[in-house]
Amino acid sequence: MLKLLEGPQTMGRGPAFWGAAGVVLLAALAYPMFADPYDVGNFGYFFVWIFMALGLCMMWGLCGMLSFGQTFFFGLAGYGYGVIAIDLGNGPLGTMAGLVGGLVLAAVAAAVLGYFMIYGRINGVFFGIVTLSVTLALAYFLGQTAGPEWAIGKARLNGFNGMQGMDPLTFPGPDGGIVLEETLFYYVLILGLAVAYLLLRMLANSRFGNVLVAIREDAERAELLGYDVRRYQLAVFVLGSTLAGLSGVLYTSWGQFITPSSIGLPAASMPIIWVAFSGRTDLTATLVGTFLLLLGFQSLTIYSQETALVLMGALLMATVLFVPRGFVLGIGDLLARLAMRRRREPRPAAAAEV
Amino acid sequence: MLGNLFAGFYQFADVFAFLVLSAAGLAIIFGMMGVINMAHGEFVMCGVYVTAASYHAGLPLPLAQACGTAVAFLIGMVLEAVVIRPLYTRPLDSLLVTWGLSLVVTQGTLVLVGSTFPGIGTPLGGFRVGDYTFSAYRMVLFAAAIGVLGFVWFLFLRTRFGIQARAVMQNPGMAQALGVRRNRVYALSFGVGAGLAGFCGALYAPTMSLIPTMGSSFIVESFVTVVVGGSSVLLGTAPAAVALAVIRTGLNAWYGQIIGQIGLLVAVILIIRVLPDGFTGWLTRRTA
Repeated sequence: MLKLLEGPQTMGRGPAFWGAAGVVLLAALAYPMFADPYDVGNFGYFFVWIFMALGLCMMWGLCGMLSFGQTFFFGLAGYGYGVIAIDLGNGPLGTMAGLVGGLVLAAVAAAVLGYFMIYGRINGVFFGIVTLSVTLALAYFLGQTAGPEWAIGKARLNGFNGMQGMDPLTFPGPDGGIVLEETLFYYVLILGLAVAYLLLRMLANSRFGNVLVAIREDAERAELLGYDVRRYQLAVFVLGSTLAGLSGVLYTSWGQFITPSSIGLPAASMPIIWVAFSGRTDLTATLVGTFLLLLGFQSLTIYSQETALVLMGALLMATVLFVPRGFVLGIGDLLARLAMRRRREPRPAAAAEV
Repeated sequence: MLGNLFAGFYQFADVFAFLVLSAAGLAIIFGMMGVINMAHGEFVMCGVYVTAASYHAGLPLPLAQACGTAVAFLIGMVLEAVVIRPLYTRPLDSLLVTWGLSLVVTQGTLVLVGSTFPGIGTPLGGFRVGDYTFSAYRMVLFAAAIGVLGFVWFLFLRTRFGIQARAVMQNPGMAQALGVRRNRVYALSFGVGAGLAGFCGALYAPTMSLIPTMGSSFIVESFVTVVVGGSSVLLGTAPAAVALAVIRTGLNAWYGQIIGQIGLLVAVILIIRVLPDGFTGWLTRRTA
């Protein structure tokens, strides 16, 4: 099993890479001891989004399915979490049920939508358009639920102002449970992210991941080799969308609100920009790049959100026109090549190009 | 009775005109050229803003609308040369680039122009049929939609440019070998698509509130129409617009706007499930 942590579908191998990864992890773990709690909470907030990016990396980078629907599942799970938590009276019971319910909602929605699209042979471009359409429709729908008639049980949807009143995720424990916030939120998210990252790495290098890449390279060839392409596509679509759902649940828990604007445009563009900029074919690049972009974006947003978004758009254009593989991945490749040259080893066969 | 019948037709004509006008430009850029133009809504917005700005500068409305169309056409030509041309062999990348472009334009407009822009009142007033009053301008839009279909038919099936354009779309290398200037044809076709998008915006400028994010209210409908229609404008986009307009009008009338919007999407997903090549594929198979 652990052998799968390194392989052709993931960048980075050997003691140097894992050593560096360990140092980064330790630094992240030590960070709350030095930083002020506000910054810690802020970093935790960045981690929320990375699950969604990793999910997109799996389905788009590995399998070639560009989904504009990450925020659709994000919103579905976020709202699902809120509705369930509020209706079950919050607390450990409500929020844990909300967590599970939100994820199940995202997964089931992805399975249904994915079934119709993938088994309907909607591929490439149309896949993107249909996912974008449902995303915008959901944002539009939730935006007009302002009236009191739009409530599920006790949970008012509240239209464009968004839903509020759910507790943050609460683990069962003494005194009404352990509330997941601030520094604890940060640590749990680091842990979750590390586990998700390692599991996805293993998945990417497993037989499943190799088939995904085969489908990306040439779906027809993969099919002629005897793989049921549609099953793999559906599986990775559900996986990626559920990860987006996890981001949605965590986001709602983090801020105790969710609004339709986290689903519609421009929010729906963000995952695509993160992943494209980072290098969509690689999980490590996505992880690092997404974090850096979120950090940069937030530093700019303080001055002007519009300008920050203009820059993000320009960054996407620049990536596609000049570094189609992605900036972070390009830098990673460069580092790997330098390391190789120093050791005077023959270069390994290059990973498959997109 | 007459009033009710006409009201039904009026609703249908309104949705039909919106679908045809907003999809026509995309049908050329995406349906024919294969460039997935996510910035289509921003071309429409460009038409709207230029029309409104020139109207406020004192031009009469039809002239202002011509300005909106022309500016979108020119911007389309320039963008094709700068951004789109390197990406003809990478269709999914053209999607990303135009997606980025759309973000830049939308947010850039917010920075430069602000979140609102003075609109234009709807001209022409109303007319009565039976017990109801209808907006005359909506009928102009319907006529314009028919006119656009006629224009596209004429341009691509009856002119020298149209023949060259269709040749380049089918086989660029061969067309070039026969002396067609490929890049010019691409640029012009893209410009025509952008211009039609601008024309759509120019026409709808007097009916909408002007906000920088208005492009996204066009993009879904136009893509959906083109996808359901398939690659041909006349055999695809037009029948698709009729079918979707009937579905949308019916759902709107019985269940309200939001069900209309969602029902439209469901219908689209079901239609592509049955007709993967859209109406074009279905109709050409039947006539072939």
